[in-house]
Amino acid sequence: MSENNQREPWFSAKNLKLITEPIGIKNPITVLVLGICSALAVTVKLKPAFVMAISVTVVTAFSNLLISWMRNSIPNRIRIIVQLVVVAALVILVDEILKAFVYDVSKQLSVFVGLIITNCIIMGRLEAFALGNKPWPSFLDGIGNGVGYGVILVVVGFFRELLGSGTIWGYRVIPESIYVKNGGFYENNGMMIVPPMALILIGIIIWIQRTRNKSLIEE
Amino acid sequence: MGVLDKFKKMDTNSNLYTFLYASGMVILVAVLLAIAATSLKPAQQKNKETEKKVDILKSFGKTEGIDKAANKHRFVDDVFKKFITEQLVVNIHGDSIQGVDAFGIDLKAELSKPEEERNLPVFKAILEDGSVKYIFPVRGRGLWGPIWGYIALNDDMNTIYGATFDHQGETPGLGAEINTLQFQKQFAGKTIFDNSHKFVSVQVVKGGAGKDNPHAVDAISGGTITSTGLQEMIHNCFENYQAFFNQQTK
Repeated sequence: MSENNQREPWFSAKNLKLITEPIGIKNPITVLVLGICSALAVTVKLKPAFVMAISVTVVTAFSNLLISWMRNSIPNRIRIIVQLVVVAALVILVDEILKAFVYDVSKQLSVFVGLIITNCIIMGRLEAFALGNKPWPSFLDGIGNGVGYGVILVVVGFFRELLGSGTIWGYRVIPESIYVKNGGFYENNGMMIVPPMALILIGIIIWIQRTRNKSLIEE
Repeated sequence: MGVLDKFKKMDTNSNLYTFLYASGMVILVAVLLAIAATSLKPAQQKNKETEKKVDILKSFGKTEGIDKAANKHRFVDDVFKKFITEQLVVNIHGDSIQGVDAFGIDLKAELSKPEEERNLPVFKAILEDGSVKYIFPVRGRGLWGPIWGYIALNDDMNTIYGATFDHQGETPGLGAEINTLQFQKQFAGKTIFDNSHKFVSVQVVKGGAGKDNPHAVDAISGGTITSTGLQEMIHNCFENYQAFFNQQTK
């Protein structure tokens, strides 16, 4: 019994799993297929995708922490609204901070920062995890899911920017001289810029992940 | 502490508790957000101001070094002060209006006023070689939202020296291309009056303007509505300045 009363170490194997699982086998985008909307919208360029990833991670982590901390006092009948208020308050804070300190990026993300509020991952984690677990594991779970979401965004953003615009993080990597308009043979893939291509890329990522991990395939 | 303890012991499913909880939470969040919004406002304002200055500078191509500047705000302020020698406000008859800050004018609000009451900003720049450029703000509607820009004219009030455009949410890769250099540099050298001094503005032609056409540029393929909106924007906004143009060239 005495062992049970002992405090769990901050980064026990169980707690670490909360971070690593959502990045891999419980990935919110590729396995649970949540948060697709913003994954399509903000991944044309790498930089906004990266900032979006950080923003979502911050919001999931802290909303999980707050809701878990409040979980025993929240009136059950209005718990969804309470969650929404907490998430919305955090998102507005993030939006204001982006506007004040990374104005260019906040302009590119525009309405999608506000739409973090409706990101299914956040509500999903609050309902599924934070309401039933202690603050610290909830916080880790939030970080894990935010990063799991972010990794996919960054990968998709990387390929869409590289193949669609020939740049990475705004820097040109495919030399101007090989483009058709400069007498070369290369042309950017216009498909990469439109949202459906993000869906196709995510599909490819899911395909690769499932091929490598057979346990993800349904019967 | 007595009240709080009592509150903590309440049945979390009772109506009173639910009401108290909801009200308390809303007030707390409201106060928190109000504090955040007020304290971040100056920084946000400064960002908007600098962006506007950069846009104006872009119209006559004086934005070198801004990306690399350690203190972007101060750098932009300095460059802006160096080139922009005068900020005028005129009305539709070309008369100058005193006591209005040209930089602070919200063009959207002005364009929705009746013509007679509009305050129209004009920025005058003198470049290193002594040539004088006049910069006019333009604003209109694209496909998904507002588009805007700044157009610099030579002092003949006819030839476009440079132009810059931006948008809120045009389709990336299509309408959004109006903020690229390739599109904007087409405007340089175009004229807005024809040989008989009739105002013709600049046409944005789908399928490509002829190379020799002095009043037209190529539209963006796949961005027809944005292109048409841009053409209308330039026409409508320059129309307000007709009297001013005439005065300057007299």
